[in-house]
Amino acid sequence: MANIAKTKVVFELVTPTALAVSEDVDMVVVPGIEGDFGVLPGHTLVLTTIRPGVISMYIGDEITKSLFVEGGFAEANPEGCTVLAEGVTDIAEISAEDAQARLVAARDALVNSDDTTADNEVKVAEAMVIAAGGNATQH
Amino acid sequence: MPNLKELKNRITSVKSTQKITSAMKMVAASRLKRAQEAAETARPYAERMGRMMTSILENSGAIIGGNKLLSGTGSEDVHLIVVVTSDRGLCGGFNSSISRESRRHIRDLKAESKNVKILCVGRKGRDQLKLEFGDAILETYEGIGKTGIKFDEAQGISGKIIEMFDAGEFDICTIIYNRFVSVISQEVTSSQIIPVRLPEDDVAKAKNESSGDADVTASFEFEPSEEEILTYLLPSNLNVQIFRALLESLASEHGARMSAMDNATRNAGDMIDDLSMIYNRSRQAKITSELIEIISGAEAL
Repeated sequence: MANIAKTKVVFELVTPTALAVSEDVDMVVVPGIEGDFGVLPGHTLVLTTIRPGVISMYIGDEITKSLFVEGGFAEANPEGCTVLAEGVTDIAEISAEDAQARLVAARDALVNSDDTTADNEVKVAEAMVIAAGGNATQH
Repeated sequence: MPNLKELKNRITSVKSTQKITSAMKMVAASRLKRAQEAAETARPYAERMGRMMTSILENSGAIIGGNKLLSGTGSEDVHLIVVVTSDRGLCGGFNSSISRESRRHIRDLKAESKNVKILCVGRKGRDQLKLEFGDAILETYEGIGKTGIKFDEAQGISGKIIEMFDAGEFDICTIIYNRFVSVISQEVTSSQIIPVRLPEDDVAKAKNESSGDADVTASFEFEPSEEEILTYLLPSNLNVQIFRALLESLASEHGARMSAMDNATRNAGDMIDDLSMIYNRSRQAKITSELIEIISGAEAL
């Protein structure tokens, strides 16, 4: 992909109810199931599931927007990156207390049942707490 | 000729009916607008999901056999039919066309001595089907779409379907719903959701888009393996398909109710005109005959 003309990544974040984000950015970092990966222009074709975590959009070296996602799928191609996600929240709207409360509730639910949804909810809440904590230390 | 008092009462009652139908039309129109917007905002997700599915399937024809949601259980003896209707009536042929199609479909299957199970979404569908197929109805979901369709609701239904599929309770699942064509027309659509068949317009679209760019047909890297992605993607795809069907159905319902109520309002107007005409005519006839009585009485003196 020696295509120099393309310098921006078209990043689309789509939820079942809306096209949440559609922007040109310099780089976007997506929490893939096997580790975070950054998408720059000319990225190779990748299809992956994503784990609960934070998507960061970069313009220059600055993070312009961070969004927490509960899971979904990401597709990267030379032109850009498309993420299909469920449960998208702007990281600025997550408070550490809420995330902690959710984690406690999720762990309680997991004690009472051992199905995969409860297990999943704990993972989401854990990621949320980390995301909220990370947010707190940034400022 | 009916007497004047009776006519007057009928006119008043038709007028109040007209008020109700025109109010219902207004309500349906405003809800339709919201439902239509919701259906439109859900479209990008479904489109891209379809595109991802196509990319995977094109890249990995060999592994298709690995997933039951894609390849089926190998037999096709037990069918699950998801019938999507509304909870409330007064929406023209909306529900009866669905139950007519469902009945036809179920009878066909029964004629081939297949086993049929039914999941009803919406009370009306259950009411209309329970007489003939009461023992086949497993569950009825009510109150869906009261405040707009939530993705959770679709997830609840598809979760149940997948649970049943994993337990081996059926082989083929079909969903019957009204597709929104325009405000005045809906199309009864029956589509097979398990084993998965990609909606053809999505596939065609994905193909068109990718044909413009030779690189896209090059092979993808998958993280984790294609198979694992498919195990996540297929249930999500089912969610989306059901979500989409619910949204289309809701928009259709409001459209159907709006045009039914519009017709009813117009018919009530016609009826009021007719009745007023009769009322005035008989009032005049009465006056004339009273005048004649008075005049002939005066002449007799």
